This record gives sequence, C-alpha cells and structure tokens, in this order.
Amino acid sequence: MFRLEKRPTPSKFWLYATPPVAVILTMIAGGILFAAMGKNPFEVIRTIFWDPVFGEFAFYLRGQLLVKAGPLILIAIGLALGFRAGIWNIGAEGQYIMGAIVGAGVGLAVFPTESRWIFPVMVVAGAFGGWAWAMIPAILKTRFNTNEILVSLMLVYVAETILAKASTGFLKNPEGMGFPGSRNFSSYPAAENAFLYEPLGLHWGGVAALVTAVLAYILLTRHQAGFQIKLAGQAPRAARFHGVNPARLVVMCMGISGALAGLAGLFEVTGPAGQISIDFNTGYGFTAIIVAFLGRLNPLGIVLAGFLMALTYVGGEMASTNLGLPDAAIQVFQGMLLFFLLAVDVLTNYRFRLHVGAH
Amino acid sequence: MKRRNLLATAAMGLLLASGGAFAQGMDKVKACFVYVGPIGDGGWTFQHHEGALAVQEKFGDKVEIQWQENVPEGADAERVLTQMALGGCNIIFTTSFGFMDPTNAVAAKFPDVKFEHATGFKRDSANVSTYNARFYEGRAVQGHIAGKMTKSNKIGYIASFPIPEVVMGINSYYLHAKKANPNVELSVVWAFTWFDPAKEADAAKALIDQGVDVIASHTDSTAPLAEAAKTNGAVIGFGQASDMAEYKDGPRVSSIIDNWAPYYVKRVGALLDGTYEQADAWEGIAGGEVEIGEITAAVPAEVKAEAEALRDSIAAGTYHPFTGPINKQDGSPWLAEGATAPDGDLLGMNFYVEGITGDIPQ
Repeated sequence: MFRLEKRPTPSKFWLYATPPVAVILTMIAGGILFAAMGKNPFEVIRTIFWDPVFGEFAFYLRGQLLVKAGPLILIAIGLALGFRAGIWNIGAEGQYIMGAIVGAGVGLAVFPTESRWIFPVMVVAGAFGGWAWAMIPAILKTRFNTNEILVSLMLVYVAETILAKASTGFLKNPEGMGFPGSRNFSSYPAAENAFLYEPLGLHWGGVAALVTAVLAYILLTRHQAGFQIKLAGQAPRAARFHGVNPARLVVMCMGISGALAGLAGLFEVTGPAGQISIDFNTGYGFTAIIVAFLGRLNPLGIVLAGFLMALTYVGGEMASTNLGLPDAAIQVFQGMLLFFLLAVDVLTNYRFRLHVGAH
Repeated sequence: MKRRNLLATAAMGLLLASGGAFAQGMDKVKACFVYVGPIGDGGWTFQHHEGALAVQEKFGDKVEIQWQENVPEGADAERVLTQMALGGCNIIFTTSFGFMDPTNAVAAKFPDVKFEHATGFKRDSANVSTYNARFYEGRAVQGHIAGKMTKSNKIGYIASFPIPEVVMGINSYYLHAKKANPNVELSVVWAFTWFDPAKEADAAKALIDQGVDVIASHTDSTAPLAEAAKTNGAVIGFGQASDMAEYKDGPRVSSIIDNWAPYYVKRVGALLDGTYEQADAWEGIAGGEVEIGEITAAVPAEVKAEAEALRDSIAAGTYHPFTGPINKQDGSPWLAEGATAPDGDLLGMNFYVEGITGDIPQ
C-alpha cells in the first residue's frame, strides 16, 4: 500500500516540476478525452499547443497570445501578492470592471477633446477605480473582520450590474441609435490604447504586465514589504512579532491587486474590447486566479503561466472551429489543467511511501 | 420598405463601382457561423445551428460549414472572426447583436469575405450585410394568447437587454394582450443576459411570486419554462427562439420559432451562383423566418382559432401589429388612427407604449 507522508520541508524539486508535469498529464488525459470523442488526439493537441505559435496563421495568432495573456498576467501578479500573505481577493473580476468603467468614463467625459494627457489620466483613473472597489472588502475586513473572499466575490455581481447600467445608461453612445454600449475608443485617438507593435500584439497593457512582473519580483525578493508579505503568509504570529501590521498589509495587498485589475480593465476597454458593453467582462479576473497558482505565485512564473493559459484559449478556439470540437470539451481540457495542478501539487508537501505490513 | 430600397440602391451602386467582382459564382463555399451561446441552449443558438445544417444539407459537397460556439462579444469575437477569415471562410454569419463592432472591424480587413450580422444596424463596408426577423409579429400572437389565458390578469416578460429589438417585442406582446383583455397588467424583468439559465430561472421565479401566471421570455434557455413547470399548471409560458416542444405537456402553450434556414440557404446559394448582394433583410411570418409553434390543447379552441387568425392576417399583410391609435407611455401620441409603424421607428424603438408600467433601463 502507498501512503501519503508529510515532508519535513516542502520539496524544491516538485515546486518547480509541478506545472510541467500537470501540463503533460493534461495533454494525456485530454488526448484520451478527444480520442473518445472520435477526434485524432495528436491533431487536437497540436492544434492547441503548436499551431498558434508555429502554424500557418502564427503571424496573427502570436500577437493574440500577448493580447490574451496581458490582462491575465497583470491581474494574477496582484492576486499573487495577496495570496502569499494569506489575503484572498477573489473579486478581481469586479475590480477589472470598475477600472474599465472609471477609466473609460474619464475619457468619454472629455470626448472629443484631443490631448496627449487624456490617455495617461485615464490610466490613473482606471487604476483608481479598481483600487477603490478593492478597498470595500479591505476596509470591511480590517474594521469589521468580514471575510474578504465572500465580500470581494459578491462585489463582482454588483460591478456587473453597474456595468449593465453604464452600457445602457450613463456611458451609452449618444449616437448609437438607442443600442447599449459606449462609444468605441477605436474612433477616439486620444483615448485609444492602440497597438504599439501589432505583430507581437503589444499594447500598453502588455507593457504594463511585463513591467509589473519585474517590479513585483523585485518587491518580493529585495524589499521589506515583500518580506512582510511572505512572512505573514507563512507564519502570521512571527509576522506580528516582527512588527507587521496585519490591517495595513490587508489594505496594501487588496489595494495593489485592485489597482492592477483596474488597470487591466482600462487597457482592455480602450484597446482590444474597444468599448464598454454589457458583456465587456469575459472572466479574466477569475481565470487569473488559476494563472496565479499555475505560476506558483511567483511573478516570473505567472508570466509563463499567463502565456500558457492564453495558448489554451487561442489554440482551443482553433481546435473548436477547425476540428469541430464542442466548446465544452475545450473548457473541460482547461479545467483538467487546474485539477492536475492541484493534484500534483500534493507532492510538494507530501511524498508517497510504500507501506508494508500493517494491513 | 423605403429604408430597404435605399439600401438596395446603395448596394447596387457599390456593386457597379466594384466592377462586378461580386457577380462571379463560386464552385465551393465555406460558410462559417459564430455563436454567442452553446448549440445545446435549446433556443437561439440551436436554431442558428439548425440553419447552418440546412445549408449543408441543401448544397452537400458544394459547401463546407464551420462554427464556433460560446464566443464572447468583444475582443474575442474579433479574433475568432479573423481566424475564420484567414482560414478560408467565404461567408461568415455572426449571430448576435454584440458582434456588431467586431464584425465590421474584421470585415474592413477582409474585403473578399462576406459578413452577415444578425440583428445589427451597422454595414460599414460593402461586404457587410445585416439580417433580422420580425419577431414582434410572433409576440402579437403570444400577447393575444396571454391576455385570454391569464386568470390573475398579471402577465410577465423576461427581457434580456434594453435594445429596440427587445422593446418592440414587449410592446407588441402588451398591446395584443391588452386588446384581448383590458384588465391585463404587464411586469417586465430585465435579466441582462441572453443565456444564463440560473438568472432566467430567478427572473421567472420573481414574476411568479408577483402573481404572474403567463410568462414570455426573450432569453435563450428553457429555464423559465422549467420554473413554470414547477407550479403544476398554474403558470404557462411560451417556447422562445426554438419550439421547446419538450414542455408541451407542461407549461408551454405555443412558441416563436426562429427559422433561419431559408435565409442562410438563400445567401449561400446566392454566393454560389454569383447573385450575392449586400442586403438588410427583415422578414417575418410571411417569409417563413418567424413561425408560430403549435398551440396546445391547454388553450381553448376558440382562443386558438383567434390566435391563428391573427397569425394569418399578419402573414397576409392585412394586419400590422403596430396599427394606430397608439400612444407612448407618457401619453404623447405615436401612431394616429389607422397608421402603421414605419420600420425606422421600430428599429430605433426606445419607449414603452401607453399602459406599461416601469421604465426601460437607461
């Protein structure tokens, strides 16, 4: 019989081996799933993981990877800081929406003024919108000891309602013939987040994601605040003795993750999405939670995880369109990734021991 | 009608300007479909997919069809459309209102690919056509049945988004319910979704709690009927977009069926034989795009006959569901005695007619 036994210290090897092993297991299990559906599993796996990067249309799809990965990375880094400190912001989706609404609102308020200051001010407003929305669960937690998981999650639904209100009401395009949705930023150059380099899909959101990853890495490895975050997560009592103020840490972590989610929303609404619409949010805030864990809560790992996740989206769509796979099969495939990640992750803290005799 | 003629003229002009490049037929067409929900929604997307399959059946080897389900409206739609255009699709049908901007953006980059956008109004380039169905004609029939069938005099409507398409459905439903039963009151719940069974069920529950006993819905799933089925016959409803025949023994007394097959077959056929032109199509019961699903035995024979007569008069063109006198909600006149609503008014409709309480979300 095999038995799980707790390791005295977490395994360094499995810490880094878990994500690739989970990806390989997902490919195997997914392959079996696709084969059972009557598709050639090798063709499907190749379509998902190979074709977007090296296939016939890679010239277009490579750029789409960063477009898709950018917001995921930006949000996941903010979440990872909190997760490391044991602060669970599950509501990044709502902060993403509020960032987009506040940032877009500022831009639309001055339409059609042309000034090079408009976009930077919108960026600040976007970050502020996300930050302010995250402050609600943060302050409720520090003042009234509410559970930030529940409050931040519930606020997503509030934000969605405000989004619906914005697109049918206060941000509605006055020239839209009564249809919901704001003006499209693609026809407002001063507020548009255009591609800086289209073949790579690079817009300001991508730049922000990559810069944030580096900054977060430095924060965690070189800065006092980074040390406090890690300490609070691993040993809360020790952290208190060390002079870490838990309330201040909650406000800081929630604030950073909220502001980054808000930024992601602003870059998305002014760029790829183009407008505030009722269905503007497509789940980046939730998917980023998976990305944060897939990246081991490490900023550089998150960059890789973000691209991997983007690959399963873009490649999954290709597989779905070209090979006639139902969308649900692709979602199952993505779900498997998280499932295997969590399953294999057990090996970081536990090991299998062959148990002889006792039975 | 005028509006459509105008567009047809514009399309002709473009056709001539482009040197008749459109006029060549094709040996094989790859027709692609973008869906906002899953094919298994049993409603809106399911019906579009049925249309796609009808194209395949009609043209066989001459057509290859491809589709993508669950495409979010926004940046992702643009990517899916670009992939399809790059992948060799000759004609792409985008089957939800929210695909409007992405469709026009991608169409501008691929002038040789034809784009057909359902329910929208933007045709920024010559290769974008729009198509829709006059669902308000079906709503008139449903409204009549609702007015006759309600015992509590409270009828409900689960609305999706406050766009003209939905608002005109609500108005048509209410006007005909009111005509059949002057005491009727209408409650509208805005679900802000096209497809979310949980939200749709909540909306139905909220209506039932208010005493509503006839529910019409403008969302895509069967959840409102499932909720009505729990009342053991006290509450009835209608199939929406699809016949939803599985509820025939239960709350479903009739339905509006979207039949996209004739349009899809016509458009792909036109592409094959070289007669394709930019269009702004809006057909109704007469064109076969809107069908009234079987009215079940739960409806008294007399009401059924009236409803069918209403349907037939709309199909024959002798009756327009929006015929004056009709006032707006605020009491200001909209249509004079005997006047019928111009298409332009309907396509931009953002007001309730007199008698409906509540506000359209602004």
